[in-house]
Amino acid sequence: MNGPSTKRPYWRQHWLGLLLVVGVLLAVPFVAALGGQAWVRIANFAILYVFLALGLNIVVGYAGLLDLGYVAFYAVGAYCYALLASPHFGIHLPFWVILPCGAALACLFGVLLGAPTLKLRGDYLAIVTLGFGEIIRIFMNNLNAPINITNGAQGITLIDPVRIGDFSFARTSTFFGISISGPQKYYFLLVALAVLVIVVNIRLQNSRIGRAWQAIREDEVAAKACGINTRNIKLLAFAMGASFGGIAGGVFAAMQGFVSPESFSLMESITILAMVVLGGMGHIPGVILGAILLTGLPEALRYGIEPLQQAVFGRMIIDPESLRMLVFGLALVLVMRFRPAGLWPSSLRRRELAEATD
Amino acid sequence: MKDARIPGVLIVLAASVAMIGCGKKEEPKAAAPAPAPAAAPAPAPKPEMVVKIGHVAPLTGPIAHLGKDNENGARLAVDDANAKKLEIDGKVVKFELLGEDDQADPKTGTVVAQKLVDAKVAGVVGHLNSGTTIPASAIYNQAGLPQISPSATNPKYTQQGFNTTFRVMANDIQQGSVVGSYAVKDMGAKKVAIIDDRTAYGQGLADEVEKAAKAAGANIVAREFTTDKATDFKAILTKIKAKNPDVIFLGGMDAIGGPMLKQIKELGIKAKFTTGDGGCSPELIKLAGAASEGVICTQAGLPVDKLPNGQKFVEDFTKKYGQIQIYSPYSYDAVMVLVDAMKRANSADPVKYLPEVGKTSYDGVTGKVEFDEKGDIKNGAITVFEIKDGKLVTLKSEGGTVAAAAAPAAAPAAAPEAKK
Amino acid sequence: MDTLLQQLINGLTLGAVYALVALGYTMVYGIIGLINFAHGEVVMIGTMVAFTVIVSLAGSGMPPLLILGIGLLVAVVACMVLGWGLERVAYRPLRHAPRLTPLITAIGMSIVLQNVAMIIWGRNYITFPPMIDKQIYEFGGASFTNVQVAIVVLAALVMIGLTYLVQRTRMGMAMRATAQNQHVALLMGVDINRVIAMAFIIGSALGALAGCMVGSYYEIAHYQMGFMLGLKAFTAAVLGGIGNMAGAMAGGLLLGIIEALGAGYIGDLTGNFLGSHYQDIFAFMVLIIVLMFRPSGLFGERTGDRA
Repeated sequence: MNGPSTKRPYWRQHWLGLLLVVGVLLAVPFVAALGGQAWVRIANFAILYVFLALGLNIVVGYAGLLDLGYVAFYAVGAYCYALLASPHFGIHLPFWVILPCGAALACLFGVLLGAPTLKLRGDYLAIVTLGFGEIIRIFMNNLNAPINITNGAQGITLIDPVRIGDFSFARTSTFFGISISGPQKYYFLLVALAVLVIVVNIRLQNSRIGRAWQAIREDEVAAKACGINTRNIKLLAFAMGASFGGIAGGVFAAMQGFVSPESFSLMESITILAMVVLGGMGHIPGVILGAILLTGLPEALRYGIEPLQQAVFGRMIIDPESLRMLVFGLALVLVMRFRPAGLWPSSLRRRELAEATD
Repeated sequence: MKDARIPGVLIVLAASVAMIGCGKKEEPKAAAPAPAPAAAPAPAPKPEMVVKIGHVAPLTGPIAHLGKDNENGARLAVDDANAKKLEIDGKVVKFELLGEDDQADPKTGTVVAQKLVDAKVAGVVGHLNSGTTIPASAIYNQAGLPQISPSATNPKYTQQGFNTTFRVMANDIQQGSVVGSYAVKDMGAKKVAIIDDRTAYGQGLADEVEKAAKAAGANIVAREFTTDKATDFKAILTKIKAKNPDVIFLGGMDAIGGPMLKQIKELGIKAKFTTGDGGCSPELIKLAGAASEGVICTQAGLPVDKLPNGQKFVEDFTKKYGQIQIYSPYSYDAVMVLVDAMKRANSADPVKYLPEVGKTSYDGVTGKVEFDEKGDIKNGAITVFEIKDGKLVTLKSEGGTVAAAAAPAAAPAAAPEAKK
Repeated sequence: MDTLLQQLINGLTLGAVYALVALGYTMVYGIIGLINFAHGEVVMIGTMVAFTVIVSLAGSGMPPLLILGIGLLVAVVACMVLGWGLERVAYRPLRHAPRLTPLITAIGMSIVLQNVAMIIWGRNYITFPPMIDKQIYEFGGASFTNVQVAIVVLAALVMIGLTYLVQRTRMGMAMRATAQNQHVALLMGVDINRVIAMAFIIGSALGALAGCMVGSYYEIAHYQMGFMLGLKAFTAAVLGGIGNMAGAMAGGLLLGIIEALGAGYIGDLTGNFLGSHYQDIFAFMVLIIVLMFRPSGLFGERTGDRA
């Protein structure tokens, strides 16, 4: 089933590729910095979205549960970090305590959402998760009264950066003559976390659970008949996806130093879903590609659209801003139009698609 | 309206084309509207220095119209500053505006902030929303760049302990207390209903109004909420109607104020309607039509017609870009404050002129701009308007150093200042 | 009591609009099982087109109702073309693609339409010219306007007409057949492509109508107005049982009334803990509760396992 059998460990088979990837990953923040620290920040957000998209991939790609409210868990994680590491309540816990807390809390929310809704199918589940996402956001927006928990729409400021002892991620520091800026440090933290989630994703894919998810995705009734406890297995997908969302949220809060409900709008959920689908649902490299592209494209357009118009028309015809989002939307349509299974689908799915008649 | 806009758009385009002349020789403003003296290169050409000023506001998304308005204000200021041919450190300064779009998204806000820092701007005007202003301020602060927000009213923005954060707009506390006490003392309201749109702006302002109205002895009979994307307010208005208030206050923007006023009329509610600067605009009159008659609203700053340069700003702006939305005068002032500080420091280096920004004392188009130690506008004036015959008519001004002598005297019911 | 009546009237008007938009979602979904996320944007384009037509005719001296009628007609035709175009460009090529693929193209189209509208009609809020002289009537202490009456009556007429179309005409029969089983319908000689295109066209026409109603009711338009409206209408469609026409109508009306009553009463019932700031989530909460007990919505049939 899994093509070339996995007798030898994965890393032994692909050590050269892995080495190359490690090299590239190490080089990215320094190369990007040549174009300005802004590119490092963009790279950071790209990895954050890789993280989120891979989390969502567990729910949507593996288990086939359409979740339009994924951002809720991201929000829970972010607020968890914000409340436990800011002057808002005067609590300042270190990040290695909070991140697991955030993951656990998000996981709890995932189960909370999952338990009553898992018997819903397809699009009904989509709208319920969408509603759940909105409910969380609206609660964040309004829980400043009667007791001020989230500080409402004003958001929470002065959130502590990630700090290990005296080593703060918010400042530039120098190692062996190489100066590393704040965003670059976060880059490495994010890469480490992303590697973690990728490993988990890979391990899950080939595990008993992963196959159970796949079975449910393809045919739930048959899966049930085969003795899979569909409810628990689906709940597990929700919980796992949510935990990753929670961790991403925590890192986001630390990186931004500020959270407010407007970061967790429905559009965010939709964007993350678009990354998963555009890249190639259920296929890890595809999802990573999707996340990087969809984060990078609007930013690249920000830099590129003015010169582009200059070159094509010789002058500015349309506001660059309006055109930027227009091109983004068109890109979504065109990619899906010509690569319906995503940019980089797994070979299995591609085969399924070719066979599919309906 | 339509006709007025087209040339405006053309000019913006023309101006941006002219600006994007990619650092090469600045084309001698063929299309640019400013009547540039054609004989510029006549005397021995002084060395030129380009100073970049960043501007950030959402140019896409639901409040893009306000964002563009801010940017236009800043653009006008840059044009005006360039027309003056300022000299700093013996060089003629040419200011350049780098306009960025933060989509009102905090994440994008930090990316564009970093982009401006990378582009080595000398200072930043923006952002529009508090939600983007606050996370971006940390980045500007690290880079040592002065940031002046023309419209973020969240008090926390300047309370982070940064020496780079300034705002030329009265914060919620300053404005809310004036509206609240005006409603009670001058309008004689005993029962007040308050609506806010659950944005940082609306919520913050409404909370302050509630406090001030309570302090002045009024009864808050209803506190209702809507969202900044809503168009139907009948449910909450019906509820308010049952409580029979004398005054309704809205903490929110003109875009919801307009339809709300019409629905108030349809439901036959008699209460007077008041709102803050977000709704104190010609846009509200346009959107609400006849229903806007008698609305009381406030704006930070002094009425533009009382200030010598205010009139000119309105004329110039309307000619170039069409109607002023809300905050463009403030973004204009914000740019001018930066320019003024550079002039006094005789340097465009942020390290050198940053201390001067704090010492600003500048007569802007919105009144006198002076900052307190946190960077908030000091003694910010608040002007109360009434909408009469489709126009904003000044009722009175409170605070503000320029007209300090005139305003309290002019106001007959000189309310004891409830301000801090 | 008069407050309750007023809230019901408020909810009914809002619900009528939701129902019309929800029909657009449900028609498409019922036939090809696709959530047309761009439908809200179709509604927005309808409003904007009507606005442009009305403004340009406003000075012509024609009677206002005629101008409104022309505006409506042009908007409906424009949206029909748009709906047809959407189907051709973004959905038809993907009919055999994985289920989520057309969802993403729909989102892409929605972004494209929004930005096109922003480029054409500008970023500012637009005052939709009031063409009907608003009359305010009083009834039992509650007030309503002739516009509200017109909206409810028109929506009712359209729904009756649509029901007739689907239940009594050949086209309607073809639609129902396609909804039940595309392959069999095809074998029976139904032109599937035409039926699907029709569903998009009719849905978009209804959207345009709803857009004009929203425009004349609130007298305001903006290029982002479609998003929230579409979301609410989609919720309504699911509440009623997506794919089911009667469900969409009932869901729309129900949602309108829930919102009005929720904002009006829940705050008092919960000691202002859940006040009108939670207005937007009452609908979702009701939705979740309904779906917990009836997983296919109020009117939805228990379908088999369509994964």
